Amino acid sequence: MSTPDNLRVIGKARRRIDGRAMVLGQTQFADDLSFPRMLHCRLVRSTVPHATIRAIHTGRALAAKGVKAILTGDHFPIPYGILPVSQDEHPLCRGRVRMVGDPVAAVIATTEEEAIEGALLVEVELEPLRTISDPLDALDHPEPRIHDYGDVGNVHKKVAMEFGEIDAALAGADRVFEDVFFYAGNTHLALEQHATVGLVEPDGKLCVWSSTQTPHYVHRALAKALEIPPHLIRVVACHNGGGFGGKSDPFNHEIVVAKAAMLTGRPVKICLTREEVFYCHRGRHPVLMRMKTGVKKDGTIVGMDLETLLDGGAYGSYGVASTFYTGALQTVTYAIPKYRFRGCRVFTNKPPCGPKRGHGTPQPRFGQEVQLDKIAVSLGIDPADLRLKQLAPANSFTANWMRIGTSGLRACIESVVERSGWRERRGRLGPGHGMGLAVSTYLSGAGLPIYWNDLPHSGVQLQFDRSGGVTAFCGAAEIGQGSDDVLAAMVAEVLGLTTHDIRVVTGDTSMTPVDLGSYSSRVTLMMGNAAIQAAERGRDLIASAVARKLDLPADRLVFAGGRVFDAQDPDKGVSFQDAVILGEALHGTLGTTGSYKPPPSPARYKGGGVGPSPAYSFTAAVVEVDVDPRTCWLEVTKVWIAHDIGRVLNPILARGQVEGSVYMGLGEALMEEQAMRRLPANLSGALVHKMPSMLEYKSPTTLEMPPVDTVFIEDPDPNGPYGAKEVGQGPLLPMPPAVANAVFDAVGVRVDETPITPEKIAKAIWERDHGRDPRCGPASFPSIDWPEASKVRTPAEGGDGTASNEKPRKSKLLASGFRLAPGSPGAKVEGVQS
Amino acid sequence: MMRCPEFRYHAAKTVEEAASVLADHGPKAMLLAGGTDVVPNLKRRQHRPEVLVSLRRIPGFAGISIGGDGAAVIGPGTTLADLALDGRVAAEWPGLSRAVGSIASPLIRATATLGGNLCLDTRCNYYNQNYEWRQSIRFCMKAPAPHGSALTEDAGGSVCWVAPASPRCWAVSSTDGGPMLAALGATVELRSKARGKRDIAVADLYNDDGMLFLKKAPDEVVTRVRVPRAAGQKSAYWKLRRRGSFDFPVLSVAAAATFSKSGEVTDARVVLGAVASMPLVLAESASLVGKSLTDDVIAEFAGAASRHAKPMDNTDFQTAWRRKVTAEFLTGALRELRGDDPRTMGQLGRRVARGASCLG
Ligand SMILES: Cc1cc2nc3c(=O)[nH]c(=O)nc-3n(C[C@H](O)[C@H](O)[C@H](O)COP(=O)(O)OP(=O)(O)OC[C@H]3O[C@@H](n4cnc5c(N)ncnc54)[C@H](O)[C@@H]3O)c2cc1C
Ligand code: SF4
Repeated sequence: MSTPDNLRVIGKARRRIDGRAMVLGQTQFADDLSFPRMLHCRLVRSTVPHATIRAIHTGRALAAKGVKAILTGDHFPIPYGILPVSQDEHPLCRGRVRMVGDPVAAVIATTEEEAIEGALLVEVELEPLRTISDPLDALDHPEPRIHDYGDVGNVHKKVAMEFGEIDAALAGADRVFEDVFFYAGNTHLALEQHATVGLVEPDGKLCVWSSTQTPHYVHRALAKALEIPPHLIRVVACHNGGGFGGKSDPFNHEIVVAKAAMLTGRPVKICLTREEVFYCHRGRHPVLMRMKTGVKKDGTIVGMDLETLLDGGAYGSYGVASTFYTGALQTVTYAIPKYRFRGCRVFTNKPPCGPKRGHGTPQPRFGQEVQLDKIAVSLGIDPADLRLKQLAPANSFTANWMRIGTSGLRACIESVVERSGWRERRGRLGPGHGMGLAVSTYLSGAGLPIYWNDLPHSGVQLQFDRSGGVTAFCGAAEIGQGSDDVLAAMVAEVLGLTTHDIRVVTGDTSMTPVDLGSYSSRVTLMMGNAAIQAAERGRDLIASAVARKLDLPADRLVFAGGRVFDAQDPDKGVSFQDAVILGEALHGTLGTTGSYKPPPSPARYKGGGVGPSPAYSFTAAVVEVDVDPRTCWLEVTKVWIAHDIGRVLNPILARGQVEGSVYMGLGEALMEEQAMRRLPANLSGALVHKMPSMLEYKSPTTLEMPPVDTVFIEDPDPNGPYGAKEVGQGPLLPMPPAVANAVFDAVGVRVDETPITPEKIAKAIWERDHGRDPRCGPASFPSIDWPEASKVRTPAEGGDGTASNEKPRKSKLLASGFRLAPGSPGAKVEGVQS
Repeated sequence: MMRCPEFRYHAAKTVEEAASVLADHGPKAMLLAGGTDVVPNLKRRQHRPEVLVSLRRIPGFAGISIGGDGAAVIGPGTTLADLALDGRVAAEWPGLSRAVGSIASPLIRATATLGGNLCLDTRCNYYNQNYEWRQSIRFCMKAPAPHGSALTEDAGGSVCWVAPASPRCWAVSSTDGGPMLAALGATVELRSKARGKRDIAVADLYNDDGMLFLKKAPDEVVTRVRVPRAAGQKSAYWKLRRRGSFDFPVLSVAAAATFSKSGEVTDARVVLGAVASMPLVLAESASLVGKSLTDDVIAEFAGAASRHAKPMDNTDFQTAWRRKVTAEFLTGALRELRGDDPRTMGQLGRRVARGASCLG
């Protein structure tokens, strides 16, 4: 049967299965849906950043033409939220608004125009409260509290953890580098605006069609907020016109139209405006960070101490996880023997932040990679060499107990160094021209689900019918990344078919087994493994029947080219359809399932649930820039990138993900910013998104996109389907620091914050010319009252993954066969999985 | 999505008909050409006209012809795409081709017209926002709350947020066509029911006021644009914007000059765009007459002229930086006039030459 050496579908450049429909405009996005008697919804949103709701007058609006119903917070007593620890949202605000854009009422009308006009007639009386506008404001002003939960005042969450004697390590270092960086918030900017239709189906059950990356979590939120048993609710994720993390939360508008459909008995639709999408946000957290790294004279890192301060915005969203993520993966690229991480997320009266491509990790990655560049320059070591000499080894544990499996990071760095001519060209490009290098890592799926459970993270069900057709069912949501194609490819490979022979049904909670959703780059690995298991089970059932018919041992049968045949005598065989018929005759109706759950992690300290993954991808990139000496205009002229993907499943899709990540990373590096505008409090008090439009939220166009030289490093990971690891997020991460490092190489000044604009380069040059620190960036990090850190001994120190000052948590580790051998810096893994 | 408020659509068949609907309805009527500025503004509820008078069905309203005197006569309904791609225009007035070709994006240029571009509403990032956004900041004087909404009482609408102490609006003239046509000495023909026809120089078409930015009366229709031909004239257009497509100018230099055989300037007009509520025709232009455009002459001119750029904080980029780079743009445009190839003028020049890139 097919082995990785004779793959027929995997690794071949193929047209994706949904490509045809997309280019022909046949793909149905949520906003394309229309149902008979459908009503339209428009949300009335707060125009004040922080206020108590005194009254909502709906009389004039209810009397307006076409208006059928108006909903308010009174309809929604029960809160919801993506994380069990942050159930802090209501579909429509109750008593309090926490940001401009918070939904207060919903107007349901016959046409969209009437809903809009009706919404303008709803009068909301608000009693303004003091606005908390930024993290320092939040730290200084515990009152008024934006939420009545969270660590203290307006601090949502503080976390602190220490792996080994970090203070001693830094005290013993030859040099300690301390830097403060700022990474600006930015948003996903998916081309499709969120849209949802709620309706009651003919069988009396609620159905919600939506542009969502996480139908399963929307399902759970609907059941909770509407108090309906979950089996009476169906959520269908339409094809998403891009997600990038922006459609991973259950959203207020989804719950509102569901409720409105139940109240009116008619389908109800909403499609958000672009401005509303900017207010839904859940984008990249603005992060201020202080990074202290101790090194020996030769540049070897002896320890790192990281503090992060996240501006969370008005709600929890994924924020607790985001906070942990700002410290989770520092140790996965370089061997950092001692490590301390402390993170703090605050609430402010702004659109809530959450997960965006790279979730919580691009910000500290920016700091870390820029700081390493500074260390290299200061010690006179080539930045590539400084990295190569201390990569975290494959098959090892990091100081914070992340288990690294395969790692192609060395090959990635060597590849981009060679292809870019780094060694020959760097420093010789002439004034204004420079090159910068950075690396990164990312998860191929989070080790733990969002809510605690012991169930599979992904399930696939196959149906084989007499026509020879195979249908694959899976809860995964297609967000444009090509997950439907991955599903078909896995099944086709195992069964010797083409992807065109497979029908896929995905993202429908009533028809498909649960997959947790399209986030954390988890789908290819988890759904892929589940699909392989289901397909192999089906193949074995069919093979047993064909073996009987042909009178051969089943393990001599090959599934290939749409046939099932004898490996030793290929003419002897049957068509796949006949094989299915034989299978059905022998076993009855044919169907199989497969499921996947990540291996347990040895990180058992508090917070150790964020960061573990079945496999880490690695990336290295070199960018070349041209900085105009007079205007300081920055142009990225070329990108070389190498990505350790484990195995390429479909080169066209994989390359698309890399180029898309480069594009998005350059956007964050050069111009993107979720900028807010605070007006003088005595005149207005507004705190609004500065320019919530596609035109003025600057994101690069194809004209700003430099040529990209993409290389894949393939070193199949035993945990990945056919060895595949993620590719959707990791390649974004090196872009911002590589640009910053290239700017330094070009003009000799540091921009320690994103976006790296001509104005900031000009400012850093001005500082230099006036004898000051040649840099533009944040001056200081506030002093934060950190809690006592969880003290965790590292693998090298003989730790066991728990914190000495915490109550040990339930362990599954030993049962699953992890054994460690001591060694430095991370201990080697002997047994990987049971 | 955002939707337009209700209006009546009137497709005029003649200029007279359009002018007469305007005259009859006063401020309740608005002209509609390509709609690429009007329609977004309607959706944001910056205007609430009862009648939109479309000019698209008027025969002969679009088209470019070159007269016996060599002047171009351009119908205001000509799309920017047709104008930017016209070979005769490119040969004679290359600055105009580049200015018009740099407007918005190819898709928008295929619909947008020259008449609409000249009458483009001024821009400000406190103003180009939808209704709810402006409600949040309590509106500004350029677009107070419309009547009939629930929020008219004390909804603000009297302040300029860019300069709260100022009695006027500082919204920015953001047309690319206006400065270039002003530099080329172009004129427009206006027609109204009450006053008939009149000609006015593009350089005189604008007021330095973000609200009353046109000297054209509301009942007047732009019916013709005439670009004179001057033998040996050179023209150039340098535009600053964040991206190579899509973005409005946040600074532009439109320059045109004629030269004597020995290379001295015989006539020159240099205009700054997008740094004030009107295109600024630089008085210093006259000082170039009689001189050759040497590096020193250009440097002196650029230094003096750039002082007129006093951008406000209501567009993209920081104002100090925009002010600082004005001299670079003036220098580049003047060097191009004297014959230097922009592609040899460093990164900035290369980008301008590409026409479609970050600054170009
Ligand atoms: C994304 C985007 C980017 C843009 N970028 C640019 C840019 O870079 N540079 C730039 O200059 N513009 C830009 N624009 C603005 C606009 O598209 C152009 O200025 C365009 O030329 C306007 O022409 P129109 O025919 O669409 O005008 P319309 O929207 O139809 O009308 C604009 C105004 O002109 C009036 N009007 C139209 N025709 C006449 C006439 N014959 N007589 C009297 N009044 C008339 C209308 O009543 C209205 O007030 C951009 C627009 C968008 C949406
Ligand atoms: S310049 Fe002032 S008055 Fe004019 S649009 Fe902007 S904020 Fe309003």
